[in-house]
Amino acid sequence: MRRKSKLFLSLILFFSFPVSFVYSQATSTVNGVADERETIFAFTNATIVKDAENTINNGTLLIQKNKIIGVGNNIPIPNNAVVMDCAGKFLYPSFIDLYSNYGVPTPQRATSGGFNPFQQSQLTTANMGAYSWNQAIKPEVNASALFTVVDKDAEVWRSSGFGTVLTHQRDGIARGSGTVVTLAHGPANFVMLKPIASAHYSFSKGTSTQSYPSSLMGMIALLRQTYLDADWYKSLPADKPGEGTNLSLQAWNDLQGLPQIFEANDNWNDLRASRIADEFGKKYIIKGGGNEYQRIKEIAGIRSTFILPLTFPASPSVSDPIDARNVTLATLKNWEMAPGNMAAFEKENIPFCITADGLRDGKTFFANLKKAIDAGLTEKTALAALTSTPAQTIGIYDMVGSLETGKLANFIITNKPIFDEGTTILQNWIQGTNYDLHPESWKITAGTFQLVLTDNNGKKTNYNLHVKSASAADVIGTDTLAAKFTNNGSLVQISFSPVKQKAGPGRNANATPAPNIILSGKSTGKVWEGAGVDTSGNHLLWVATLTQESPVKSAPSRTRKEQITSEVNYPFGAYGWTTKPEQKDVLFKNATVWTSEKAGVLKNTDVLVKNGKIAAIGKNLNSAGATVIDATGMHLTPGIIDEHSHIAVQSINEGGQSVTSEVRIGDNLNPEDINIYRQLSGGVTTSQILHGSANAIGGQSQLIKLRWGVNDTDLKFAGADPFIKFALGENVKRTTSQNNNRFPNTRMGVEEVLMDAFTRARDYENQWKAWNSRPKGSTMLPVRRDLELDALVEILNSKRFITSHSYVQSEIIAAMRVAEKFGFRYNTFTHILEGYKVADKLKKHGANASTFSDWWNYKMEVVDAIPQNAAIMTSMGLNTAINSDDAEMARRLNQEAAKSIKYGLSEEEALKMVTINPATMLHVQDKVGSIKVGKDADLVLWNHNPLTIYAVAQKTMVDGIIYFDRERDLQLREQMKAEKNRLIQKANSAGRGSGAPGMQAGGFTPPFSYLGVGDDYIDQYMQP
Amino acid sequence: MKHIFLFLIMLFSGSVIMAQPDIYPAPENKGVIALTNATIHVGNGTVIENGTIIINGSKIEKVGSDIQAPSNAKVYDVKGKQVYPGLISPISIIGLKDVGGAVPGTNDFSELGDINPSIRSIVAYNTDNHVINVLRTNGILLANVIPQNDGGGRMLIPGTSTVVQLDAWNWEDAAYKMDGQMHLNMPSLSQRGGGRFFFAQAQASQGNAAANGLKRVEEAKDFFRQAKAYLEKHSNTQTNLKFEATKGLFDKSQSLFVHCDNVKEMLLAIDFKKEFGFNVVIVGGADSWQIGSLLKENGIPVILNQMHALPETTDDDVDQPFKTPAMLQKAGVLFAIGDVDGTTRGRNLMYNAGTAAAYGLTKEEAISALTLNPAKIFRIDDRTGTIEAGKDANIVVSEGDILNMEESIVELAFIQGRKINLENKQSQLSERYQHKFNIKLKEPAKY
Repeated sequence: MRRKSKLFLSLILFFSFPVSFVYSQATSTVNGVADERETIFAFTNATIVKDAENTINNGTLLIQKNKIIGVGNNIPIPNNAVVMDCAGKFLYPSFIDLYSNYGVPTPQRATSGGFNPFQQSQLTTANMGAYSWNQAIKPEVNASALFTVVDKDAEVWRSSGFGTVLTHQRDGIARGSGTVVTLAHGPANFVMLKPIASAHYSFSKGTSTQSYPSSLMGMIALLRQTYLDADWYKSLPADKPGEGTNLSLQAWNDLQGLPQIFEANDNWNDLRASRIADEFGKKYIIKGGGNEYQRIKEIAGIRSTFILPLTFPASPSVSDPIDARNVTLATLKNWEMAPGNMAAFEKENIPFCITADGLRDGKTFFANLKKAIDAGLTEKTALAALTSTPAQTIGIYDMVGSLETGKLANFIITNKPIFDEGTTILQNWIQGTNYDLHPESWKITAGTFQLVLTDNNGKKTNYNLHVKSASAADVIGTDTLAAKFTNNGSLVQISFSPVKQKAGPGRNANATPAPNIILSGKSTGKVWEGAGVDTSGNHLLWVATLTQESPVKSAPSRTRKEQITSEVNYPFGAYGWTTKPEQKDVLFKNATVWTSEKAGVLKNTDVLVKNGKIAAIGKNLNSAGATVIDATGMHLTPGIIDEHSHIAVQSINEGGQSVTSEVRIGDNLNPEDINIYRQLSGGVTTSQILHGSANAIGGQSQLIKLRWGVNDTDLKFAGADPFIKFALGENVKRTTSQNNNRFPNTRMGVEEVLMDAFTRARDYENQWKAWNSRPKGSTMLPVRRDLELDALVEILNSKRFITSHSYVQSEIIAAMRVAEKFGFRYNTFTHILEGYKVADKLKKHGANASTFSDWWNYKMEVVDAIPQNAAIMTSMGLNTAINSDDAEMARRLNQEAAKSIKYGLSEEEALKMVTINPATMLHVQDKVGSIKVGKDADLVLWNHNPLTIYAVAQKTMVDGIIYFDRERDLQLREQMKAEKNRLIQKANSAGRGSGAPGMQAGGFTPPFSYLGVGDDYIDQYMQP
Repeated sequence: MKHIFLFLIMLFSGSVIMAQPDIYPAPENKGVIALTNATIHVGNGTVIENGTIIINGSKIEKVGSDIQAPSNAKVYDVKGKQVYPGLISPISIIGLKDVGGAVPGTNDFSELGDINPSIRSIVAYNTDNHVINVLRTNGILLANVIPQNDGGGRMLIPGTSTVVQLDAWNWEDAAYKMDGQMHLNMPSLSQRGGGRFFFAQAQASQGNAAANGLKRVEEAKDFFRQAKAYLEKHSNTQTNLKFEATKGLFDKSQSLFVHCDNVKEMLLAIDFKKEFGFNVVIVGGADSWQIGSLLKENGIPVILNQMHALPETTDDDVDQPFKTPAMLQKAGVLFAIGDVDGTTRGRNLMYNAGTAAAYGLTKEEAISALTLNPAKIFRIDDRTGTIEAGKDANIVVSEGDILNMEESIVELAFIQGRKINLENKQSQLSERYQHKFNIKLKEPAKY
């Protein structure tokens, strides 16, 4: 069965080979008789759209071999030209797609990516060649060397009007070079226009089986390090001491002069990629994800050219109201708004190209393109995005992208303007070869014919044949008889019953249909003729002569369809702002003010907020124009600070190695995490976002303020000291793994990882010192900049500070002693559930302690955890905080702190554990953490004493902006309900899957959410 | 090699299981005890100010505001204190799971097999487990011990659970109501997003998930249909322990606890009542607020796993789990509040109810959700759940409002009239290091 269909396919391919390619390789031999042709083709009387800006009416296009040799009005037509009358036809440059893998197969990955705590690590590359240490860095991959002509794939592109693509191998983070090829079915030698045309990158490991990188931030770090390594490699002498031959770095350097294309696939990833480019003086051409319209100002700000997909989300499945509960407002809104993505780019004047990537077929391509046009994209920009813009973007505009003399004869011929309803691409010419797509539509004669049937006896019967289109005609005798009719421009079939069929009531539905006269013949010119059978099966002959020509009936002209009614909000989806909240001056009147300062708790006190800062605290303050909030009976506290959080990020753990100080949480913030809003509703205003605890030296931390609605950069707490996450104990030694192969496997090894890392860092620092002070003419080899060690050197010099995940006393003491050997201090031990056992030693070392109120017994290393821990550590004079490590618990951090009151802390001391104490351990005590004049207005207004279970935050303010307001929240719920209902009704009437065939339902999914494991939060999920 | 590994685990876990050897279960109470000047939260919504409770032996003899303590009574003056019925943890794996992750030797909560109605949690209940003493220090005196991870199980029918009292030498003494509940894990009908799995698991289409789920529901029903036939036929030649184990469900001495959260899954759960006449209880019920009146109409009680949970979906009201109890209360549904939490090990039961009180329940309703309501659901309300004459003397005395962290300090507690020891490993460790550092933390008042 399989064999048969294969054979069938190859037969089709053989026969569908178009006219022979117009030239052959000089170096090749000829099997048969040489057939070099120099025919000139003249396309006359055409509407020639040279490019998006210039159209010639009634023009002529001349081509010879593979090139355009003339284009314009009144061009003389050479005598030897074959003339193609294109009256009523339209010529366009054929389309160009920069994001293709045509002819370059994508290797498939066997297993899923991400860090898996249960799996063995592959710590080194599986590639045994002289390449990068990391399997996902493959700049040496050369698409031109891999490329083969695959006509059945090319056909799909050609049918959508494409003539040229940039193709590359979609595998890895650095993917090597791309090659420009046409979609002609000829020798690859001619099809390939520019062998090495571009360099490609992505945030996807592809088939790499190496553990590192396992996270988005790890990929960013790897790219950054590779830029540095490549520069360093270039600076080494020819024998490359210290590195040896590294073909990957060599290739990387070789490709730097080319257009650099980054597959980012999502608005936030677009921004992340552009930041890498900025750091190394590059500019990427960014393959977007289609959701850029949600952050179009930021996207405009990076000044890149984009490649945008036409894959719009299918209409969400919301017909079942119970299941519809799981379809988010963001999904629904995106379904409605995604077709407007390109229009948003156009409005912001951001250059972009269109890719057909991800679409199933040409039909979808045009259907979705029209949706984009309906949503506001102009036809002119659409055409440019398919022709001149891509050509200019990768430097092939001298060859393709417009119809000009000297360029390749790559063009399409349509029967109507390209973006009109019912337009057919009749021919697609690539490199001077015609791929005849719809010969039947080239010339369809319509009008009235006199149809004469002649039977065996010579008896003639006359009818009028009224041809309306290629597929519709009536036969008129005494009655008008509907006919089955097909005409492909050269052959025609007509079938009709000479007796009129009765319709409607009275007609017996079970009656045998009346027999038909069936005719077949040729349909070129004005006289058609052929043979057939009459209703009794007798042979007859027929002739149809055109008596009056009439225009072919065309589809109704397009009208722009319904307009998008959703609007972008920030963040996109649930609880977002339609207008960004403003900073206002506010006077909280008559509150119980918990200062977290020496002033203590002040009753009946006013707090004035001006310009985002606390301006005054006192009784009967003058509002001075500020909005007055009556806080009588309410409690005002500093914003809650969570020392240990994992919200608002795309990835948490880079567990691919034991030391990953090069990765930065700040590289992969997700400012749209709903947990930001949820935590604001619990009074949280500042959170330290930490790397997970999968390895001994994790990643660089990011302090954020919970500014709901801002972008990832604005989420950051500006000017804060840099921190880094370390970890000790079970997670680091991978206790949950049955077959760990990653060093360390014990607490002995954990200590040694620290010793080794800091020893290397110290040596590295010394190397740089020597390099920077080398005498003139020194033959010293350049030092390789190492992002991992850079961060550790910062720690050695107390310019970066450690937050270390920790549990048991042995490991805590060991860690402190390592630090002391190197002359620095651990800033914070976080979790530290056995801190109470070594409180004196912690105090002496100078560490802060951040712990849980009452987590315990969820694994072996916490069996001695006690809820008195915070109280004991506080009693011992340690600066102690209560942290969450849990998106839910962070909403109740004030109450978690209150649990220590049971063991003797005062209410004020308890509140300090989630306000000024964490601020102090994060070195931001001068800005936040207490209510003090001059500090940031990060405030929470509670309805009850904030240390009670009954306290509910009413308003949460960050920098003087009220980001959470319980009254507004209630209004938002109603608005969201109405908006969601409108969208669901609309989706239901649109029908399932009507959005975009070829695209997966549900729309965009961020590629890295929760790939990593969290911190100890995960432990409860790791049970068998 | 493998054997050595197992041996090491056993050795290791052996050392873990050792409880606090100096904390003894209390001896039987043979005398009369009086708690005087108490603020009594009866558990049924009423509060008796300045009341007295007389305990005789294991039972509450009298409760009221005008009762004199008999002269032979041991009197505890609890003036200014708040007195509650012993709290009931409705879904728990204490005694079956000691240390959480990566120490499988200390875990006995998940048996192999998909349909295991004859599996009984009680036989593995270890009274020397570390968690027990900590829970009762917080006022939790009774717990329903279930034969699967409290966070949820994958088995269709994991077995039966038993309500235990938390002061016993062994499981036979601990059993309060033996094998009262059969558990059923309702198969999931949807691929709900947001689960924190390590890898995006192969996302079967919604349709497939529903079809597979329904198939498994049918498997469960088939099992009960056959069990019913088996039980009705008196001449079975082959004894089937699994069928035998369902007897209590059919004669209604046992309830069917169906674990599910989603509306469709709850509708299917109700179906088990309709088809088999079982006493169905929904456990989890995250979305139960959507179908309150339906649950009431069908007489289906709900055990809410945890109030301190995130909303089910991004678009949900931010305080949805917090206010779910108030919505059920308003709809007239009988519900209990649980505290299924792998990291705090269920010690915060009372604060879960406190949060519900902050979001719409009255304080006394919140107390009922920890006492009388679960007692009704477990059908032990004739013995416990309120402070009323004739019931077991399961009583907690707290320094203040037990729902509110800072004053939720249990000073005195009685199980069946026995004054239990409120020390635990944690208080002992605290004491040990207060000694080392010569500091003094606040301690509960001593009686």
